Amino acid sequence: MLLVAAALLLVALVALPVVTLLARALAEPWWQQLSSPVAWSALRLSLLTTSVAMGIVIAFGTPLAFLLARYRFRGQALLEALIDLPTVLPPVVAGVALLLVFGRSGWLGRELAGWGIGIPFTSTAVVLAQVFVAAPFFVRALKVAFDAVPRELEEAARSDGASGWTVFLLITAPLALRGFVEGTLLAWSRALGEFGATVVFAGSFAGRTRTLPLAIYAELERDLGAAVVLSALLTVVAAALFMAVRGLAPSQLAARPAVERRSTS
Amino acid sequence: MVLMAGVASAQTLHVAAASSLSEAFEELARSFAATQLGVRVELTFAASSTVVHQVLHGAPAAVVASADMIQMARLHQADRLDAPPIVFAGNEMALITPLGGRVRTLRDLAETGVRVVVASPEVPAGAYAVAVIAQLAEEFGADYAAQLRANIVSEEPNVRQAAAKVSLGEADAAFVFLTDGQALSSVAMLAIPPAINVRAAYPIAVIKQHPQQNLARAFVAFVTSHAGGVILARHGFAVPPR
Repeated sequence: MLLVAAALLLVALVALPVVTLLARALAEPWWQQLSSPVAWSALRLSLLTTSVAMGIVIAFGTPLAFLLARYRFRGQALLEALIDLPTVLPPVVAGVALLLVFGRSGWLGRELAGWGIGIPFTSTAVVLAQVFVAAPFFVRALKVAFDAVPRELEEAARSDGASGWTVFLLITAPLALRGFVEGTLLAWSRALGEFGATVVFAGSFAGRTRTLPLAIYAELERDLGAAVVLSALLTVVAAALFMAVRGLAPSQLAARPAVERRSTS
Repeated sequence: MVLMAGVASAQTLHVAAASSLSEAFEELARSFAATQLGVRVELTFAASSTVVHQVLHGAPAAVVASADMIQMARLHQADRLDAPPIVFAGNEMALITPLGGRVRTLRDLAETGVRVVVASPEVPAGAYAVAVIAQLAEEFGADYAAQLRANIVSEEPNVRQAAAKVSLGEADAAFVFLTDGQALSSVAMLAIPPAINVRAAYPIAVIKQHPQQNLARAFVAFVTSHAGGVILARHGFAVPPR
């Protein structure tokens, strides 16, 4: 009984604010708020920057996860801890760290400035901040999934004459699909919600660096109703993303849950 | 309630103030607490609009100090003030730039590639910056103003964050309060001539029917006293005759 009460209390704590938020948004003239330039430019910027960020995360994170899962090398544990670090780092700290590298007086930023390239205050900075905070979620989930793919299957295919690429595409990738999808989902939602690193590293300017979370913060100063509607929009977009990505991975294609496999291997 | 304020042995007075008041109010609170036995002053600073917003939504502040009348008027209209607000300090806008930076005159603000940061127009420092830029447009022409507006790379959540972008060397200039510029040691300050500048008036008020009302009134009396004026002036604020 106590168990159920405790569980329900936590469910209520999570569900009540979300439901209240959505209800409050519906009580607002939400259609008007959503068709405002503020909402539209923030939504477009958020979708654009997180899409680019996810492209980068997938393109570079997949080889990294594969290497971490298939090879053992010195300093591997240290490397994995380093990659995981952004998940526990306060986002504001991430923003400051990014500035110290890519900022105009940062060591790399200074070089780039010589080439006429400035990163802070641009959409590029938004993408960099998102990649920094989101990549670990993807790499970690995909590595676990790669770990769970039975090596015997890969070896059998290879002994049948399949090349490394064929083995990866026909055996490893399909079996790791669930981890890939989960990693993408986690990383994307983290990128979508990113605030602290963005406001420090990229600043806040409509259409350029003011993503949905930053727009919500700015609207709080002006119009609570608009902030509520934008918050609800972000909730809906995140939920839609959640369902879309889940829908992409029919259960028959996916491997058994990574955790379960891991315990048996 | 009055009785409670008089009897309680250790009292905490919550004061919410505009972020530009940070250093001045820290000193005011220390001096005030030193004169009142067993009183602790708890300060929170944010953009005035955030402060007002928080109070309207139940933040426990007994005293509110804002960087403009517009934000204070929101509390007044909501009938949350004990008495009409009192203007206790004045400020003006200034530009800060990194030491040895490329902006040396107001004209430089419109140079190509200069990165200018302001506070978001919803907060007082941002609204004042908009007003100053409008004055600059009168002075230097529409082309100058258009280029200056195009050079604005960020509208920060509050004035101190705008200032931080200059301290970090990321922005070439930021519109801040004169007092913000004086509080920072690692930046250069560029004065804005009075003809172009705006006068910022800082109102202070006690929240209606607050349990700490008497203490809050005493704090406001201290801030508007001669001693309070000395402290404010030391932090660069203009102080109305008292």
